[in-house]
Amino acid sequence: MAGPVLAVSELQKRYGSQQALAGVDLEVEAGQLVGLLGPNGAGKSTLTKIACGLVRPSAGRVEVVGHPAGSARARAALGYLAELFRFPGWLTADELLRLHHRLSGSEGGAPERRQLLGLVELGDAAGKRVEAMSKGMQQRLGIAQALIGSPRLLLLDEPTSALDPVGRRIVRELLERLRGRGVAVLLNSHLLSEVELICDHVAIIAGGRLVKAGTPAGLAGAAAVVVETGSGLRTFEGAGREEAPGIVADLVAAGERVYGVEVRHSSLEDVYLEAVGGVTG
Amino acid sequence: MNGAQLSAAATVVGLSIQEGLRRRVFLAVLVLTVGFLALYALGAHFAFDDVDEFAAGETKILDPHAFTGATIFGLAMFATLFLGAVLAVFLTLGVVRGDAESGLLQPIVVRPIGRTTMLVARFAGAAALSGAYVLVVYFAAWAITKATGDWSPDHLLGPALGLALAVAILAALSLLASTVLSVTAQGIVVFMVFGAGLTAGLLAQIGNAIDSDSLHSIGRTASWALPFEGLYTAGLHALISETSGLTGVVLQLGPFGGSEAAGPQLIAWAFLYLTGVIALAAFLFSRRDL
Repeated sequence: MAGPVLAVSELQKRYGSQQALAGVDLEVEAGQLVGLLGPNGAGKSTLTKIACGLVRPSAGRVEVVGHPAGSARARAALGYLAELFRFPGWLTADELLRLHHRLSGSEGGAPERRQLLGLVELGDAAGKRVEAMSKGMQQRLGIAQALIGSPRLLLLDEPTSALDPVGRRIVRELLERLRGRGVAVLLNSHLLSEVELICDHVAIIAGGRLVKAGTPAGLAGAAAVVVETGSGLRTFEGAGREEAPGIVADLVAAGERVYGVEVRHSSLEDVYLEAVGGVTG
Repeated sequence: MNGAQLSAAATVVGLSIQEGLRRRVFLAVLVLTVGFLALYALGAHFAFDDVDEFAAGETKILDPHAFTGATIFGLAMFATLFLGAVLAVFLTLGVVRGDAESGLLQPIVVRPIGRTTMLVARFAGAAALSGAYVLVVYFAAWAITKATGDWSPDHLLGPALGLALAVAILAALSLLASTVLSVTAQGIVVFMVFGAGLTAGLLAQIGNAIDSDSLHSIGRTASWALPFEGLYTAGLHALISETSGLTGVVLQLGPFGGSEAAGPQLIAWAFLYLTGVIALAAFLFSRRDL
């Protein structure tokens, strides 16, 4: 069985006296879409940058398709879009993709460029200069750029921060399609609802440590059963769907009239806030 | 380096040249150059005219044509070096730290091309553009001098290649500075280094003129430490290296930095220096978190 596309082990990074990452372990499998959450300064971007060789780790190990992060083979297997990026404004969308074609050694040529621009719905903007594009269009172009050479791992740092709801939907659908093709995606985002919608797995980082990880559904577990009775709403904290019939039976046996039952789940936001302790960067 | 890396490196060289040609500073340097060459043609015309009248019928202890030609062409070399230095510095401004801070560098560096190849390619682009510029201006000034005063330097090609190598060294120093300094600091530091080099050359010449060995050796050591200056003074010397008599002696004390002979050791040292500066820049770039 093939190993993980991205394997992060005991990763540490120190910037002077500041510990950005303090021993993070994470794996992303082929076809898996992993959301990386955490407050500003938690170490998410640092982790992503180490994975693509922009930042050197202080300790630990990061491998991309079995090759050390930063090596030519590892870089050839990934696509990356930084949170803060800029492309030469005088290049057109097509010229920018052609530049990255040459840099990546991809042989996709014009058909691949057309396909990628179509994927991010910039098919009509191939001849448009980057400087004439809105921030949202540039962000979609950045995603197309990251997809050049059919990478096996896609590292996206806040890829939808400048997008309007339609742009976000385009990116969401694109990521789902990529997952279907077996591309592994690590998605840094502050948009919990988005992560909850599309990610198979969520990792929450706070203070340079992985504080919680799991599937969105697994993390957002049962929170309470709320029963509407004749004497008002009764909340049973921590109870889940399985406990609901018993709770209702007990209430009825105790002479309560039951009008409705609701099983409440904690949202990813609740889980996140609990995990990071309300900290913001 | 394999074929794919070579192709990627050529792409970065092309991108650097395209980017350089699009920078406003390139247009400014072109306008300045046209202005300089026009003024130079006018000045050369009047200088040769005046010196003909001045020297007519007198005992010629100085060759007026050689004196005028070498003096004004020395000025042209100084201006060419200066404009070439401006171009070299601005073409490499912010190439590492500046571009990293603006987010321009990261999408390129994550490609398999590698940081060293990228840096060398950026250097090659800047050196090619500023070197070509220096050669064009130098030969334009020579053509003007030849046309207005019918004077040619004793050696034509050597000083031209020396100037091109000098601006390549300045481009490399600027690239090195860009790995650690912000854009503004990089520009200031490299121009200060450029000024320091020229001052060192003048010091060496003053030491020579007043027969001060210490001053001369301080100046020479400094100009070898910054070999673009040594290449420039060697170029000035090559202009008049075969001019004999008082004319030759006077011209060696030229107003835009004294001329000083240099052998092939200087060329070898300049290439070694260039390689060392680029290697150091590549090392610092490879250690830099982006």
